[in-house]
Amino acid sequence: MLGIALKMLLRDRAKYAMLVSGLAFCSLLMCQQASVFCGLMMWTTATVRNIGAPVWVVDEKVEQANEVIPMREIEVERVRGVPGVAWAVPLYLGIEQARLADGSFQNVQLAGLDTGTLTGRPMDMREGRIEDLRLPNAVVIDQVAVEKFRRKGIPVGIGTTFEINDKEARVVGICHVSRSFLGQPYIYTTYGRAMEYAKPSRKQLSYVLVGPVAGVSASDLAARISKLHGLRAISKDELFWMTVFWYVKNTGIPISFGTVVILGVIVGIAIAGQTFYLFVYDNLRYLAALKAMGARMPTLAGMVMLQALSVGFVGYGIGVGLAAWFGNTVLAKEQPPFFMPWQVPAFVAVVILLICAFSATIGLIRIAKLEPAVVFR
Amino acid sequence: MKADAPLALTVENVVKTFPSGDGRTYALKGATLDARLGEMLMIVGPSGCGKTTLLSVICGTLNCDEGKIHVFDHDLRAMSDAAITRFRCQNVGFIFQQFNLIPTLTALENASIPLILNGKKSSAAQRRSREVLATLGLEDKIHSYPAQLSGGQQQRVAISRALVHEPRLIICDEPTASLDAATGHKTMELLKASAMQADRAVIVVTHDSRIFSFADRIAEMEDGRVTGIHNDPKNYHHA
Repeated sequence: MLGIALKMLLRDRAKYAMLVSGLAFCSLLMCQQASVFCGLMMWTTATVRNIGAPVWVVDEKVEQANEVIPMREIEVERVRGVPGVAWAVPLYLGIEQARLADGSFQNVQLAGLDTGTLTGRPMDMREGRIEDLRLPNAVVIDQVAVEKFRRKGIPVGIGTTFEINDKEARVVGICHVSRSFLGQPYIYTTYGRAMEYAKPSRKQLSYVLVGPVAGVSASDLAARISKLHGLRAISKDELFWMTVFWYVKNTGIPISFGTVVILGVIVGIAIAGQTFYLFVYDNLRYLAALKAMGARMPTLAGMVMLQALSVGFVGYGIGVGLAAWFGNTVLAKEQPPFFMPWQVPAFVAVVILLICAFSATIGLIRIAKLEPAVVFR
Repeated sequence: MKADAPLALTVENVVKTFPSGDGRTYALKGATLDARLGEMLMIVGPSGCGKTTLLSVICGTLNCDEGKIHVFDHDLRAMSDAAITRFRCQNVGFIFQQFNLIPTLTALENASIPLILNGKKSSAAQRRSREVLATLGLEDKIHSYPAQLSGGQQQRVAISRALVHEPRLIICDEPTASLDAATGHKTMELLKASAMQADRAVIVVTHDSRIFSFADRIAEMEDGRVTGIHNDPKNYHHA
């Protein structure tokens, strides 16, 4: 009877198309919005992922990765004294103003790497060598800088110069790193030069990047360092999730995206539920005839469930496929953010499954109440 | 039909009520009836006299409140709902007034349903259905949908569906009500020719006096009771 059930569904083309398009739209809405939300959250953690140190030491008041409370440079030495620390290097991170050749200004995220080790260097160099950062006035810019400079008509390449806080910066390399939440380009230089570019202040150290000795986990080491007065040490993974949860808790982003996802669920239930109920309702006399002819309730339930699940499966496939196509298209431009971890399609699959089960259950309640004798009326 | 043929079904003093406002309405008030194998029994009577209710009780789609119903030696009142459904699936063929052919299935697929419900594979069911449809002159319409068939052709598909699994009891509810006189007559001829067998009983509920002559016996109902059995349908004139 399952084959009969599928024929009944597929040959009722108008309702089938309505059901599939409703569920596809619902899947697309949920998948696309959830993926853009995940993409945004990835942007918020760009610094953590771009620098990539196992343990980050910050001021004890810091709540997330993009919040910089400057520390004294002596903190690097204090951290190096903690047992289990293999290495500890300073990192400067701050928003500075770059003045371009045409006189226009551009805010940039300046990252000052430890001069000796260049710890936190970008992993994907598209042009030039990171070691050239040790040359005078040298900086490495990322793809966002190239894009923003070019948009202003300024040709960019190795040798291009611009100013950061009135001091010359010369491009020695172009890298590709994760885009930051605020969309400012990353400009890499050495820690010492970053101190020259940055506006002078009493405390300038943003982070101490730390690596554990073999046999000590990042979280254990972070716990040991956090015992130092005024400091907080966080493992890379903890800092990643701390930052994500900070944005979830302190911004309207999840409410905004969550609302759209909930709307998707409501649209799915409204369209799919109602259309499926209509489909069952229109077939009630035939289902009653089947009951009279000896179809048992489990057989009819199997038929209805199969019909609901098959439209769910096709609608889900189309919706997630469209979301993936959208993602693939926007990823080339890197805007809007898009990141679809496996949990997103899995979550959407569960929601679609629930919508289908709900729709089928409404129909089944009607069928269960149906007296086979109604076929004679 | 032989007068001494074994009984296919007996119905004794069956009472059926339906809730109505604060009380209950009696649809059957002690109906008594029997039908023999090889017989076409017609149940006739005015609207609301309980014909369809009696038919529903006989085939087990409706439970009665009192009385005895034995179909092929099965006491339907003693059987569970699941057992009655299984019994109906194997032993009863249905022909409905509105045909109740599923509009999104072809004639062949519609006719195959009882066999599939009885556990036959789709290919085997369609092979058998094709044979039955051919005997009813529909060999060139097997892939047509109900909407592409005339009323008479649709009723022939319904007859095929009722016969395909070789049930011992055929239940027909107003089989000619949706057909014109000529088509109705031809349908009854086909039904009589194809359905009547020595080991099968056919029960027809009808208003259509033009088809009374096809019956072996006529049971007349009034006000929830069987008020008369007529053994000479050709000379029966409905009041």
